[in-house]
Amino acid sequence: MITKVTTHPSQNEQLIFERSQPGRAGFSLPALDVDETSIDEMIPRDFQRDDDLAGMPEVTEVDVVRHFTRISTWNFSIDLGLYPLGSCTMKYNSRLNEKVARIGNFANLHPLASEAESQGALQVIYELQQHLAEITGLPGISLQPAAGAHGEMTGIMIIRAFIDARDGKEASSRRRTMLIPDSAHGTNPASAHLSGFTVKTIRSTAEGLTDLDHLRELCAHGDVAGLMLTNPNTLGLFEKNIQEICRIVHDAGGLVYMDGANMNALVGVARPGDMGVDVIHLNLHKTFSTPHGGGGPGSGPCCCTKEMEPFLPVPRIVRVNNGDTSADSRSEIPNYRLDYAQPQSIGRVKAFVGNYGMMLRALAYILTHGYDGLREATEAAVLNARYIAHGLLTDYEKPFDSPPMHEVVFTDKRQARKGVHTLDIAKRLIDYGFHPPTIYFPLIVSGAMLIEPTESVGRQELDQFIEAMQSIAREAVEDPELVLNAPHTTRIGRLDEAAAARKPVLRWRPKENTEPLAVAGG
Amino acid sequence: MLEKIGVASTEKLFESIPESLRLREHLKVPAAMSEIELLKRFEDIGTRNQAAQRISFLGGGAYSHYTPTIVDHLISRSEFFTAYTPYQPEISQGTLQAIFEFQTLVCQLTGMDIANASMYDGSTAMAEAVLMAERVTRRSKVIVSSAIHPQYLEVAHTYVQHAGIDLERAEFDPASGQTPASAFDAIDDQTAAIVVQSPNFFGSIEDVSTLADKAHNAGALLVVVVTEAMSFGLLRSPGACGADIVVAEGQSFGVPLSYGGPYVGLFATRDKYARQIPGRLVGEAYDKQGRRGFVLTLATREQHIRREKATSNICTNEGLIALAATIYLETMGRRGVQEVAHQCAQKAHYAAREIEKLACFSLPFSAPFFNEFVVRAPAPASPMLDKLAKEKGIDGGIALSRFDSKRPNDFLVCVTETNTREEIEALVEGLASLSH
Amino acid sequence: MANVPDNLHYSKDHEWVRVEGDTAVIGITDHAQEQLGDVVYVELPKAGEDFAAHDSFGSVESVKAVSEIFTPISGKVAEVNQSLADEPEKVNKDPYGEGWMIKMKMSKSGEVDSLLTAAEYEDFTKAESE
Repeated sequence: MITKVTTHPSQNEQLIFERSQPGRAGFSLPALDVDETSIDEMIPRDFQRDDDLAGMPEVTEVDVVRHFTRISTWNFSIDLGLYPLGSCTMKYNSRLNEKVARIGNFANLHPLASEAESQGALQVIYELQQHLAEITGLPGISLQPAAGAHGEMTGIMIIRAFIDARDGKEASSRRRTMLIPDSAHGTNPASAHLSGFTVKTIRSTAEGLTDLDHLRELCAHGDVAGLMLTNPNTLGLFEKNIQEICRIVHDAGGLVYMDGANMNALVGVARPGDMGVDVIHLNLHKTFSTPHGGGGPGSGPCCCTKEMEPFLPVPRIVRVNNGDTSADSRSEIPNYRLDYAQPQSIGRVKAFVGNYGMMLRALAYILTHGYDGLREATEAAVLNARYIAHGLLTDYEKPFDSPPMHEVVFTDKRQARKGVHTLDIAKRLIDYGFHPPTIYFPLIVSGAMLIEPTESVGRQELDQFIEAMQSIAREAVEDPELVLNAPHTTRIGRLDEAAAARKPVLRWRPKENTEPLAVAGG
Repeated sequence: MLEKIGVASTEKLFESIPESLRLREHLKVPAAMSEIELLKRFEDIGTRNQAAQRISFLGGGAYSHYTPTIVDHLISRSEFFTAYTPYQPEISQGTLQAIFEFQTLVCQLTGMDIANASMYDGSTAMAEAVLMAERVTRRSKVIVSSAIHPQYLEVAHTYVQHAGIDLERAEFDPASGQTPASAFDAIDDQTAAIVVQSPNFFGSIEDVSTLADKAHNAGALLVVVVTEAMSFGLLRSPGACGADIVVAEGQSFGVPLSYGGPYVGLFATRDKYARQIPGRLVGEAYDKQGRRGFVLTLATREQHIRREKATSNICTNEGLIALAATIYLETMGRRGVQEVAHQCAQKAHYAAREIEKLACFSLPFSAPFFNEFVVRAPAPASPMLDKLAKEKGIDGGIALSRFDSKRPNDFLVCVTETNTREEIEALVEGLASLSH
Repeated sequence: MANVPDNLHYSKDHEWVRVEGDTAVIGITDHAQEQLGDVVYVELPKAGEDFAAHDSFGSVESVKAVSEIFTPISGKVAEVNQSLADEPEKVNKDPYGEGWMIKMKMSKSGEVDSLLTAAEYEDFTKAESE
């Protein structure tokens, strides 16, 4: 039996600036141990700060610990329970991976240290590259992009550079159309635009798949540089015509870019490279379990075919001999190096080698799962989504009949008749102790609820989630006001977002006309 | 479960994937490892990172500062580290309030009106600043100082290559190590911005106020880049000098070196450009009972709504790293940040004075500096530094030949509060012994 | 039901036009503001800018959507409703009155007649929502 959360346990907590009192400090540093000179002798007055860092907080260590511990309790998190945000893959973040990332010899390594003395770091990158190439079936790879959208931008720039080289500047300049399905994530058109492409939108069929006739029509004009496709798509459906889609685009002289946001449905089961995809980005923070951290850091590796490899960002991380990498870990001979000699590269997309800490965690994820575990995770992720799809069918509208992969879309169509909409259902779920699914995405489905349970949840919790959704469906009929005013159990209610956007307050400022606070403790 | 949903076998779950595409063999990745094996393996690989064990004077965009213990403790709380983007404000107030505090701290440090929830890092923040300057001014030329971090310049080139923006270089003065206003004389009515780093890649502090006037007289913006954010504790803020956009690498604030990332990009600007800023913004909001909370706001700038017309393709921020920086700054506080900055400057100047006393070494640039400076060795710096590392266990600096073949003997030295007097003396003695 | 005053002309992009001599006052319809929800920002052109019919002259933003707004007729912008910068909610509260957006000097006299009448616009919005 599902038990509703009743009240929020934690107290109020001000902004740290409102807690600040002059003279308080949370740090301790050793005394300066070199001969001191006057700052004026080192740095001209005009270059020195003159505001004494006014407004910066002055608090003690325990103030800071209590402050962040208190406000942390206002967050929902994966460790609290099911977090079924569609297309976000909120799977368990192993603490072991955190421990790996904190090993001193990695955490304390400077990015500009000599290659010879950073061999371990390069080995980790190289091994992860090899594994991701195997998982995607695409051998060219760069781990430099810092997030999914960044990997997308990299992939699209590679497509442009490849076509420029293949067709010559003149002919290439007539190929500036990027095709994107109407169900795509907003980063797709934004990334295409950043690479100088004009976006044309492909319709989806009533089945929820790419409309092949429309695709053929759009490909008939000789201006198509590529297609950006998510597969499984954002409706959770595998594009079963993927090979035909790739053929149509390739025959039209274009390339196929796959948004890898939904790779959690495919790892160990099928490979984009085998489908005809030319370039893909992965999200290490989704499929490979690096923590989402309240919105980053991510990591968005870009994988591509052998033909497109010369265009990847520099530096590439390469192995320089054929020696057994595991042989002698204290070998004096470097086995890996940074390769800048790539004249066709699109250039660098980020300083240093990328979000290295995420690479360590992702490699640890792959190694702790092994080939069996990776496939099992995919199977469980799909099974869980199918289980939810089955469980909600009686109470919610499922706009597409086809069986979903790792995520499933439902709508508020039945509840809307009573004036209860997706937003209300989402807010009411909070009262039942669950994070709401992704809502109002994809845009082509009115009142969409995109649910992705991931593999990190057992049957018992899935049943509880289904029961909660069923209960809300009943409430929508019997007591719609209860749902419309949800959530009832959180520290704050629904916020007035319109007022916040009309007169944005984006930072704290000291209140005017107030007396300065007394110094605590004298 | 399979039975309940009416599916005969696990394989049948994947029926929508054409059979020819389904893998028949397992992936060629290793078999699963246990926790003990895994840790041992990474510990072993880690021993090949000898540089992580050296006494270090490396800077150049990534800095060794002390991090109070509570930073890692607090960011490791499940509620922060296993949450995602605060799409549902009622159950994300922890993350939202922390970002609001982060935005405020960034404004205070940079001297600007508003700041976003963070960018990937300093280098991508600079590239986004260039794109934003073009949007704001609708002009297409951007002049960048050649004393900006070389990798930041490379990233900017990649970002703007299809955006119709011409990046021109303003050469720094080889005597001072600064970029004089006259280097930007190509500024005209088509110039969107001039971009300058201060302290610059060589550690030299630029005359930002003068460059602000230079930009504004032509109707262009001044973009200021900072890689050593600890300098905010001592140096006049870019905002006070007249900057229009300030971007910085926030790694100095409690973020491990971690071989280059994840770090956190700071991005601040003036109020009037609020609707042109890239990335997420958190703002204050109230519920029906008048209780204060925080929400993601001005979202219509972003890709999920405006799609190809968005101010950037960025979707996320560097949430957890921004949180680390926030906790760092609040723990150190006003006086702590000032004290660290003061110690960095004192120790770096002490090191510079001692190195300058060595017969064969000199400091080629005359401009004031914060905690980084260039040293000219009597012989090629790269092999000398390798030798210093191997023989003395000291990473003495970054050989500039990596970035500019015309500077074979120059290297960049960085000193922070973590370097003791003994370490500095060991560096000086090591250099002396190798120059003989 | 959305309010559709009889004395105005309408476009299929959901703008209205009120003719005052050779000047056209332009705004968005009650139906449009209902669809948008709470308006939080209105981006408008500067006085003196020229537009042809069907040009985009600005945009209206709600919390989670942006809609471009189009000139139903050709002309030069004579005046812009500056008060919307501070009070964009006027577009919701009084779309045909205080929520007006721009005044244009019309450059092609017959253009207004090709726009929809109130009755035609009502039929159009009904058909569109089906």
